[in-house]
Amino acid sequence: MSKLTELQGRARLLRARIIENSHKTNTPHLGSCLSCVDMLVAMYFSVLRIDPSTPRSATRDRFILSKGHGAAALFQVLGMRGFYPEAMLDDYGKDGSVFAEHPPTPDHLPGIEAATGSLGHGLPLGLGMAMAGRIQGHDFKVYALLSDGECNEGSVWEAALFAAAQRVAHLCVMVDFNKWQATGRSEEVMALSPLVDKWRAFGWNACEIDGHDIEAIIDSVARCPSSDGRPTAVIAHTVKGKGVSFMEDDNNWHYRIPTAAEVALSKKELEVFE
Amino acid sequence: MRNAFADELTSLAKEDGRVVLLSGDIGNKLFDKFKAIDARRFYNCGVAEANMMGVAAGMALCGLRPVIYTITPFTTTRCFEQIRVDACYHNAPVVIVGTGSGLSYADLGPTHHSLEDMAILRTLPGMRVLAPCDNTEMRLALRAALHEDGPVYIRIGKKGEPDIHPKVPEFRIGKGIVLRAGTDIALIAAGTIMPEVLKAADLLAKHGVSAELVSFHSVKPLDCEYLDRACSRFKLLATIEEHGRIGGLGGAVAEWRASRRDAPLQISFGSGDEFMYEVGTQEYARAKFGLTASNIAEKVHAALRAN
Repeated sequence: MSKLTELQGRARLLRARIIENSHKTNTPHLGSCLSCVDMLVAMYFSVLRIDPSTPRSATRDRFILSKGHGAAALFQVLGMRGFYPEAMLDDYGKDGSVFAEHPPTPDHLPGIEAATGSLGHGLPLGLGMAMAGRIQGHDFKVYALLSDGECNEGSVWEAALFAAAQRVAHLCVMVDFNKWQATGRSEEVMALSPLVDKWRAFGWNACEIDGHDIEAIIDSVARCPSSDGRPTAVIAHTVKGKGVSFMEDDNNWHYRIPTAAEVALSKKELEVFE
Repeated sequence: MRNAFADELTSLAKEDGRVVLLSGDIGNKLFDKFKAIDARRFYNCGVAEANMMGVAAGMALCGLRPVIYTITPFTTTRCFEQIRVDACYHNAPVVIVGTGSGLSYADLGPTHHSLEDMAILRTLPGMRVLAPCDNTEMRLALRAALHEDGPVYIRIGKKGEPDIHPKVPEFRIGKGIVLRAGTDIALIAAGTIMPEVLKAADLLAKHGVSAELVSFHSVKPLDCEYLDRACSRFKLLATIEEHGRIGGLGGAVAEWRASRRDAPLQISFGSGDEFMYEVGTQEYARAKFGLTASNIAEKVHAALRAN
């Protein structure tokens, strides 16, 4: 089996597990989780220099899921990558569990780099981490995955300006551009387009890709660190609810919980039979 | 106070390679000596305080000791959510310094006043809130803050504040410093209003009132040990701060009082539930809010007689 086939298989399995978890635990944000699965798989199983046995190593790459409402996807991928036993995820959403609708702090779950959930925080935090790495003489890279709705937040653009001014080459933004935010088309709410040009105009080494093409994701983040000091921005065009025909590009799945029958149908489409 | 801050921080940065200074586009030339030590540890973060706070927390999560510096409203209320989530929720050791606190910049108008900062930051879990009264206390507070393992807020004045401490006192976060012992009333004060409080104590002495004067530089954690002991010593406490009477030192002491059956009565000196719409110097603004030695002495004297 080729590496790509393996990664694609993991992405299908993750999607199935996320959908099952949503049904089992009544967790929303399914559409937002499914749109970033391919990026999570590419990062955690190919790109990031991380070792789950030493999750706080000073030299590790950092990945921040700034769109914290995708936590259900992150929790599954961290479990699959070995940061904790996957059986721990059986506690998802239970009283006293750390698996909430948004990521906890790094002190409370291995593999987590920042407690996100309030949008617009992950990029400034990641920028601080990348600058710390430079001060300390490390060469780790910091990746922050943002949603397009999150790009409404002024703090994102404050960080974009400052990262360019400081030439923080080891910082990479990935925007999960699924064209929806909670209650409407992101273009209609805040006129985001042309998004890649905005990042470029802010002084970033920006490109756009198909955010479901795992090879393209891996190739695009390899632009970081740039040779000229610019931070890297990858605008990933994605489909909300990707992978399940009746969820794709339907914003009802921002909050809807799938029924048992819909879970079975999803798994069939994903060809996952566990 | 800001020059002493720059001087002390420069010394601390020499001692500790983890110390990083982030400024919100103020302090032109103030930090030249700091920059001379290591230019990679000074950043002008521009007029973008939300980002600055997040950057500081990110640095702290990687083991550095960032200190953030700008005018108080912009490093507190402007980026409150970043303080709450990035610094406090992560328990990141970020030192937030607000300069020109209280009514230091009275003549710049209410956009530059800070009469709510201690109240709102005190609500955040894990946040320490310090209000040193002079340069000596400020240096000690900064040094102590950098040894804490979580977020600390320090509100400082501007420049030219008189020295209060004749020698370097023992300083501990959460422990007040008795500046003058007394038996009739405890004047509990925080921050740069202290010279007025000293004068008030002198005025009271002329009327035969023995006032104990305490610097409560640590508004959170509060020195409850001192206050508990005060229950049997005093019938009256006065809290004095260049800050609103809601939620600051006066509010903190009132919360403590709620748990004590035998607590002394409290008079609270601070600004009221209002903005200052007219122009005025710091002295004018203090007088407007009753923060003068004569007003403090008069009100305290009257309250003692009423008891």
